[in-house]
Amino acid sequence: MTEAYVLETRNLVKEFKGFVAVNDVNLKIRQGDIHALIGPNGAGKTTVFNLLTKFLIPTRGQILYKGEDITALKSATIARRGVVRSFQISAVFPHMTALENIRVALQSFEGNSYRFWQSGRRLNRLNERAMELLDAVGLTEFANTTTVELAYGRKRALELATTLAMEPDVLLLDEPTQGMGTEDVERVVALVRKAAEGRTVLMVEHNLSVVSKLCDRITVLAQGAVLTEGDYATVSADPRVREVYMGTESSGERGAAPSVPEAAS
Amino acid sequence: MTQPVNPADIHNTILAQQKAEDRKKLAINTVFIAILLVAPFVLYPVFLMKILCFALFAVAFNLLFGFTGLLSFGHAAFLATGGYTTGYLLSQHSGLTTELGILAGTLVATVLGLAFALLSIRRQGIYFAMVTLALSQLVFFFYVQSPFTGGEDGMHGIPRGELFGLISLEDNHNMYYFVLAVFIACYVLVQRVVSSPFGQVLRAIKQNEPRAVSLGYNVDRHKVLAFVISAALAGLAGSLKSVVFQLASLNDAHWHMSGEVILMTLVGGMGTLLGPVVGATFVVNVEYQLSQGPLRDWVDPILGGIFVLTVLAFRNGIVGEIQKFVRRNLG
Ligand SMILES: Nc1ncnc2c1ncn2[C@@H]1O[C@H](COP(=O)(O)OP(=O)(O)OP(=O)(O)O)[C@@H](O)[C@H]1O
Ligand SMILES: [Mg+2]
Repeated sequence: MTEAYVLETRNLVKEFKGFVAVNDVNLKIRQGDIHALIGPNGAGKTTVFNLLTKFLIPTRGQILYKGEDITALKSATIARRGVVRSFQISAVFPHMTALENIRVALQSFEGNSYRFWQSGRRLNRLNERAMELLDAVGLTEFANTTTVELAYGRKRALELATTLAMEPDVLLLDEPTQGMGTEDVERVVALVRKAAEGRTVLMVEHNLSVVSKLCDRITVLAQGAVLTEGDYATVSADPRVREVYMGTESSGERGAAPSVPEAAS
Repeated sequence: MTQPVNPADIHNTILAQQKAEDRKKLAINTVFIAILLVAPFVLYPVFLMKILCFALFAVAFNLLFGFTGLLSFGHAAFLATGGYTTGYLLSQHSGLTTELGILAGTLVATVLGLAFALLSIRRQGIYFAMVTLALSQLVFFFYVQSPFTGGEDGMHGIPRGELFGLISLEDNHNMYYFVLAVFIACYVLVQRVVSSPFGQVLRAIKQNEPRAVSLGYNVDRHKVLAFVISAALAGLAGSLKSVVFQLASLNDAHWHMSGEVILMTLVGGMGTLLGPVVGATFVVNVEYQLSQGPLRDWVDPILGGIFVLTVLAFRNGIVGEIQKFVRRNLG
């Protein structure tokens, strides 16, 4: 039964001008899991996210959501269906208040986004729910603060709250702890754990202690292809995983060099 | 600042702030309308109408540039299309009342705006600007070649006619108050659009487009709608202008005009409602003053200098800098 998997890819491929960034990836994300996608820099993790949410068009392959082929859908439609992503680089609306940031997400389901003749004050009815969401990530006192003025960790918390405002079934988080101090990392771990109740989470994460604490299942990507998959114990014991991690991280190379088989003309 | 935080208190503060903003908006609108109502008794009405037409043009442009983050380099096409359509219809059909001629000009510009939008909206940044420029050049060459526009000579003697078939617009004061009424209606409309549910989505798109997509918005369609509203109002500005001056000319279609509206908006302050109005007033005045004096051959270089100075030193424009000053010293 495919239904057991909420999100699935089949032979997913993405090529950039002959360079294969994602190579024949078959992901199976189980309903309710916190699933990690790890791998060295340039492995293709963000590209997989971009494919799943159609920010990039797959070169080949299929994406299935709840058993249904969603490969042809648009980004916005996929988001409304319940697969909502965050970004590697903090994605907020910098010149809106924290409250307004959340309201943008809530408004997505109001069906009034083209009503240019209506008063914006109508959106005030979303405030109550927005305040609840802010409260859940500990940002109540910053509701009326312009987002640029928030500290980095708070911006990421706001981003998470905004994503949750979409009531997603599947949450795609791209390095939610990147660039954070230990204290903030702890807070994010707690938030993700809470957010994962009743939903499925697919997260890219470099911090392996976070992965070990949170994740039920791990897929390791290297040079665009799945290297191995399993729970933390299995994956961390795999010598190949250690090798790709050490090898690429120290040399600082970003993936394999593009091999462009172009004939000299 | 370290008192325990109560969501209800914060929410009430936000609501109170909104009310204060609404009151401020109303007060500023009232003051400006009052000034504009008495202005023709102090200043030459035709000159004031010129300012109002360009102000409307700039307000329209700024809806797209300042509030959506799209830099169109082809808005002259809509100004000219409004002007030529209205001018042609009013000249050819003596039975047509003025407001219908203006409405028709606006509609044709709106349709043209839709065509531009569908062809350009998927391009990002500089490519978007280039596509709009290219399309507007096509429109320009069309008007150069078409006999009905009068080519280089322009379309002269457009009758001002009668409003609703009742009020003669030959009288400059009547004409002025009609232009003013249209201007105020459009300005208030844009004020509404910017703060509407739609306007909030435009803000989101401008500030972080991928994020808006990831929150389920069809960004392209929102941009198209913003473009069409902007083109419609720019067309309306052109229609009004052709009636006021009884003239529609190739100047309005030229890419210089697309550049000039960018200048007006930047000088006045993009992303503010009043900015384009102030910017248009400023530019029209500078052009007029210079053209009267010994520097009359230097209008373009001087405007260019002002452009450079604004971009380098006063990024927020006149209104933006004043707002910043007020906030820093009084807020
Ligand atoms: N739009 C693009 N055009 C061309 N190449 C791209 C594009 N996007 C990604 N790549 C390449 O694809 C490879 C995978 O990139 P991706 O961003 O998916 O890696 P990642 O696993 O997310 O890495 P990191 O851990 O650094 O975030 C890299 O070599 C990158 O240079
Ligand atoms: Mg990445």
